[in-house]
Amino acid sequence: MTHDRDNKQWVEALRSDGPLREAALSDLGALLSFGLRAALKSRPDFIESMLDDVVQDSLLRILATLDQFQDRSRFVTWATAISVRVGLTELRKRRWRDVSLEALVADSNFEPPTTDEGTAPERRELLDAMERVIQTELTEKQRTVLLAEMRGMAQDEIARQMGTNRNALYKLSHDARQRLEGGLEQAGFGSEAFASAFK
Amino acid sequence: MPMTNEEIHLLLGVVRDTQPVEIDCDGCLIQVGAFAESRLAGKPVTEGLKAVEQHLSICAECREEFEALSLAMNALNGQDR
Repeated sequence: MTHDRDNKQWVEALRSDGPLREAALSDLGALLSFGLRAALKSRPDFIESMLDDVVQDSLLRILATLDQFQDRSRFVTWATAISVRVGLTELRKRRWRDVSLEALVADSNFEPPTTDEGTAPERRELLDAMERVIQTELTEKQRTVLLAEMRGMAQDEIARQMGTNRNALYKLSHDARQRLEGGLEQAGFGSEAFASAFK
Repeated sequence: MPMTNEEIHLLLGVVRDTQPVEIDCDGCLIQVGAFAESRLAGKPVTEGLKAVEQHLSICAECREEFEALSLAMNALNGQDR
């Protein structure tokens, strides 16, 4: 398997027309296929038959975002990162497509788990403060996003069901985390309290 | 339904690692290759890649992608020999 082009040669070939571009696409596709198989083969949800489509989708995305390549890594590494995202996004979509976000969070709130009488008081206080801040300082959308993320739902699926996109969702989550951090700090719980409360 | 202990641990962990300014998942994707190469070479994280490191501590999906990328890179590097 040859991939002896340097970064400049890869980008120039992919931006060109004709045989030069076709050769680069063919070589890159073979590299992506090899790398993806190594990355995903041990996953129980991996299906060999999905590889070709993932590689083709990845090549399209790479061509569309060539301007984003910053020459801070090998080109093949950058391209492989894109193919990994495309592949894992597809696997996550299959896992979560029939799961309702509403159902995932419907009967849930941020009520802490029941603790027994042996639970350290500082832990109980931290959990009570966390629940209070979440219920009073966060919007319903922020609560939904945080809970769905903690329950492992794919971000693209959360975003789709909320009518937004992954990056906007990340901002929503970031704002929620900042509010929660600020609220806990105001309640007297800095981040150093988190570890000690769970000793 | 109350949160589980694992969910609370996760939540407090990401709150602890939250920074005022963070890159998003697309921002991570642009730079994660450079970060992965640096880590595989055993180099310390440069200032310019600290944002990637922080994002990976927060974002489980990008962390999963980074681990998969590392496997792919090891396989591809093995082909170079």
